[in-house]
Amino acid sequence: MEKSIKRYFPIFALPTMLAFCIGFVIPFIEGIYLSFCKFTTVLDAKWIGLGNFKNALADPVFAHAFWYTAAFVVVSLIIVNLCALGLALLLVRGFKGTNLYRTVFFMPNLIGGIVLGYVWQLILNGLLLEIDRTLTYSEAYGFWGLMILICWQQIGYMMIIYIAGLQTIPGEIIESAEMDGATKWQVLKGIKIPMIMPSITICTFLTVTNSFKLFDQNLSLTAGEPAKMSEMLALNIYNTFYGRVGWEGVGQAKAVIFFILVVGIALIQLKLTKSKEVQQ
Amino acid sequence: MKKIVAILLVSLMMLSAVACAAPAPAPAAEPAPAAEPAEAVVAEEPAAAGSVYYLNFKPEQDEQWQALAKLYTEQTGVPVTVVTAASGTYETTLKSEIAKTEAPTLFQVNGPVGLANWKDYCYDMKDSDLYSHLTSDDFALLDNGAVLGIAYVVETYGIIYNKALLDQYFAADWSTIKSIDALNNFAALKAVAEEIQANKDALGVEGAFTSAGMDGSSDWRFKTHLANLPIYYEYEADGIGNTDAIKGTYLDNYKNIWDLYINNATCSPSVLSSKTGDDAVAEFATGSAVFYQNGTWAYGDIADLGDENIGMLPIYIGVAGEENQGLCTGTENFWCVNKNAAPEDIQATLDFMHWCISSDEGRQSMAFDMGFVVPFDTFGADYLADNPLLRAANDYIAAGKKSVKWCFPTMPSEEWKNGVGSALTAYAAGTADWAGVVTAFVDGWAAEKAAVQAAA
Repeated sequence: MEKSIKRYFPIFALPTMLAFCIGFVIPFIEGIYLSFCKFTTVLDAKWIGLGNFKNALADPVFAHAFWYTAAFVVVSLIIVNLCALGLALLLVRGFKGTNLYRTVFFMPNLIGGIVLGYVWQLILNGLLLEIDRTLTYSEAYGFWGLMILICWQQIGYMMIIYIAGLQTIPGEIIESAEMDGATKWQVLKGIKIPMIMPSITICTFLTVTNSFKLFDQNLSLTAGEPAKMSEMLALNIYNTFYGRVGWEGVGQAKAVIFFILVVGIALIQLKLTKSKEVQQ
Repeated sequence: MKKIVAILLVSLMMLSAVACAAPAPAPAAEPAPAAEPAEAVVAEEPAAAGSVYYLNFKPEQDEQWQALAKLYTEQTGVPVTVVTAASGTYETTLKSEIAKTEAPTLFQVNGPVGLANWKDYCYDMKDSDLYSHLTSDDFALLDNGAVLGIAYVVETYGIIYNKALLDQYFAADWSTIKSIDALNNFAALKAVAEEIQANKDALGVEGAFTSAGMDGSSDWRFKTHLANLPIYYEYEADGIGNTDAIKGTYLDNYKNIWDLYINNATCSPSVLSSKTGDDAVAEFATGSAVFYQNGTWAYGDIADLGDENIGMLPIYIGVAGEENQGLCTGTENFWCVNKNAAPEDIQATLDFMHWCISSDEGRQSMAFDMGFVVPFDTFGADYLADNPLLRAANDYIAAGKKSVKWCFPTMPSEEWKNGVGSALTAYAAGTADWAGVVTAFVDGWAAEKAAVQAAA
């Protein structure tokens, strides 16, 4: 068995490895190389060293996008996970129509980001028009508009993960806790949450990275208006690369910085939540 | 039952795999069919070696270019692909398209500033037939004697107005201006706009001006075209044609006209940031507004009003002697041929361009279907584009009014335009004051000119 797996390894793994190389590894390495270059199109790059990184870090709009994104990540992390966990706790009680509710909450996740952005733009602008405002009136409107959209899109998805986690908790543990006179809050805090720590790891990881990488929703909802004040990191990188003549390399440098940031933060977060996981 | 489900699933997967494998149309290409290569036609005539790929800038004329390309392919067997970039995404599309193996052979730049970025890709058209028919070197982009860009259309913009509504205004007993001839300076325009706004119910409109939308589909009308006027007057006063540091001498006038636009419109200034170009067109075409700032290219959108109801006024901003000011006339559409394309493709492209301006079909399409005024001597008197907006342009020239030059190709960069646009939006919304626009205009100009020079 071992042997045949070894023998046929290339047949199974090679196509995927090839696709992975073409679709990820090669562009990734080229991207890092390009961040040290000056170019108009990717074919005529000239090496210029660290100049792009200097420009990227000196760009006030990039700094603003970073703090705006960071604030968005923190707020969405809290709201999405609290709501998702709350819904999950409600929907594992097994009352009538549970499955219907689960489906309904999950459905928004099936709609693409661009479409969601435009749909919510219509809805929110329609409401805001009543007070003579629009989503692009100031950065705060864009921020909370985007927050509503993200909650609507992601809560259902995270809810499903939490439900799966809650259902793995053996009934007898909770039963015995209740017999010992534990209150509902104590059961939640002392048993349920420690037991679903793996789900929490996954959900926090997903919300953090999703919010950090948010692009389509940002583009279609506000496109960074007004004055790039609602521009998040991914959109800022895109706009730098495509929107500014001569700044293609700077956009590339920003993308590399962005990559390091996301990987760093995700690793720290994984470490933090993993350490709290318990063995059943 | 399970089997049926399995079969269904498998076929679904195969379908999606096939769909993914099919060549995706070029990004941001508006009409999908445009991206279909005309491979079927190639086989017909093996003599035609090259092919043409035109990345079109003007969404308004996409249909006509598609038709013309098809006709050319039918006649000569040379495949011509026309792809139109969606409004506001031309540079983005060009940047990704030109890096491909099947790169555009024919693309366009907007003037000297745009050329600076694409110079290395431009073929020298000095010896082309197209250049030999160009009426003046004013319409070419020259770089050390090389002809890198050739303008193919001359356009005019101003304030388009609804004649029927304006006549009602002149006839009303509450109006102070009584004829179109008296409407020849900023004070008169302001009086008319404010009176219409105050009596909008009597006139049956929602506002004097269409919404000055600052959405990406419409903001160029103000951050680029309207901003041209203060720049033009400053250049005239200083006797220059370009500068590294704009002084902003006429920015107060810019403020006056912008105030007039946003305070006498169909909507509140605070919602302008999300108003689109289509909104403005809809308001004007349905008679909800009297004035609409745009140019000759917009005729197709508003033709339903009827030719007799459409006129165009110069944009008056309150500069002394502006009674003699005409409309804004110029070009920002320069054809460039991709130097890096295969020689036979370059030749095919040059032939196609020449065919467009010399054949009956090409001239018919460009002059009448697209409504272009072109700077080529091949068109003569038989192929003169005609519509009420072009007639208005000619009338002002015939009346001895001085046309306003298009100075915006000398604007430092897209980034500068965006900065001014954002500042205008914030000012309209009331979240920032006019000083922000001045900073974006003057300081932004110097900073962007320096940045562009440093990048070059």
